[in-house]
Amino acid sequence: MLEFTILVPAVINGLLTGSIYALIALGLTLIYGVLHIINFAHGALLMLSLFGVYFLHSLAGIDPYVALLILVPAMFALGYGLQRTVIAHASHGKDENVLLVTLGIALIIENLALFFWRSDTRTIDVPYAFDVIDVGFAFLSVPRVAAFGAAFVVAGLLWVLMTRSDLGRAIRAVAKERHGARVVGIDVDHIFAMSYGIGTACVAAAACLLLPTFYVTPQVGNAFVLIAFTVVVLGGMGSFTGALVGGLLIGVVESLGGLFLGETLGQIGIFLVFIAVLLFRPTGLFGDRA
Amino acid sequence: MLEVSGLRAGYGEVEVLREVDMDLGGGEIVAVLGSNGVGKTTLNNNLCGIYRPFAGSVRFAGEKITGRPAHKIVAAGLVQVPEGRRIFPNLTVHENLELGSYRRGRANRDSTLERVFTTFPRLRERMTQRAGTLSGGEQQMLAIGRGLMAEPVLLILDEPSLGLSPLLVEEMFALIGEISRQGIAILLVEQNVVQSLEIAHRAYILEQGRIVLSGTAGELLQNSDLKRAYLGI
Repeated sequence: MLEFTILVPAVINGLLTGSIYALIALGLTLIYGVLHIINFAHGALLMLSLFGVYFLHSLAGIDPYVALLILVPAMFALGYGLQRTVIAHASHGKDENVLLVTLGIALIIENLALFFWRSDTRTIDVPYAFDVIDVGFAFLSVPRVAAFGAAFVVAGLLWVLMTRSDLGRAIRAVAKERHGARVVGIDVDHIFAMSYGIGTACVAAAACLLLPTFYVTPQVGNAFVLIAFTVVVLGGMGSFTGALVGGLLIGVVESLGGLFLGETLGQIGIFLVFIAVLLFRPTGLFGDRA
Repeated sequence: MLEVSGLRAGYGEVEVLREVDMDLGGGEIVAVLGSNGVGKTTLNNNLCGIYRPFAGSVRFAGEKITGRPAHKIVAAGLVQVPEGRRIFPNLTVHENLELGSYRRGRANRDSTLERVFTTFPRLRERMTQRAGTLSGGEQQMLAIGRGLMAEPVLLILDEPSLGLSPLLVEEMFALIGEISRQGIAILLVEQNVVQSLEIAHRAYILEQGRIVLSGTAGELLQNSDLKRAYLGI
């Protein structure tokens, strides 16, 4: 009943979607690793970035891929500023307060977006939106393949940053040993803000890669962030490899779930895999053993 | 080089240090001695800017550093090797040492690293290993090595002998003397009174947040009160 010609494209499509999940989850896992909180504002920041791509295109005629050069630094700056001015001050150094503050930020951003931009679904029109390449056994959407490649480039850049630069080493140091970091002269507040900024920049990159084949509404972040949370826990909280592999895995599972169970039930597969992984490896696929 | 006057510090409402005065000159090894809970680590963390003192002043190399953030104090050359080592367990030995020169001494990173490896050959062998997998003694070496990477003018060592075997403690104190001979001033915060006084030039005895006794190491070793309180003779 199931043929190769249906299964293979489904898996490939899952990988393509999964790369975007991975990118969003990378930002989330980075922030979790350093600040030890789940960033509830992640979805709202993704939505904000998507609106950024939308308006840059519709008002200024800027292509989404060119918008990467504007939105990634802009969202990094916003993330840095949010952590430094709002989150750090409101948290008084308590992790659980940070959690509530990010939830508050999410509510404010989402409702402001609803107020100003209404709940209409918006899309952009790019000439290459429906371009496909024929790879013999499947037709692949060009913008989605581009997103897949770009997601890996971003993940690679992030890996280089984390392992080869003093900033990356400092971020990893702060993640596990804040006092030790202060002692060697690392400005811990700055590193917190850099991590939040980089996490937000990942979301901005995801938004630029996503919008050519997707839409934006003020609630669009929720769907992605729920999956990104799943990916982060599945892959191992704070693990970069985990976020990447987990994102791809969830993409494939969702795609195959849609194929076998129908579109409406497709997401059940995600949570079945999630529960199965946590039963056998409670710290996630690549998580540190507790 | 370091002048502390009228330092009051603590946590929240609780005052731990009550009017501490002390000083330290270039090339000296000065020990701050006292048993658990008298405020040794509180003193150290207030000197380093990890906490803000309630009152009093800390001057380092002619400048008032009271209330400055920790990273600026490191930049000035006052570096601590904290109690409990506080190395980065998830980073390799090499990365730990590199981060030692994050704020200060970055220009000479490679040459300082070579010097640290000469002092601690064991760290070179363990270079690519995660720091969390080292033994206690090796972690202490790494913590000191990391401190040296910042090319400190004054190095504060907080209980470097804690948790080490008697043989390693001996080695550690010999090493502190060696670091001092490289021209680095040392503030040694310790519970180990006898061995500290053997290598220190001068010492302060801290009790209940106050300096109750101070003098040269020779004087203190002869002091009958000190003998009774700490040496049991």
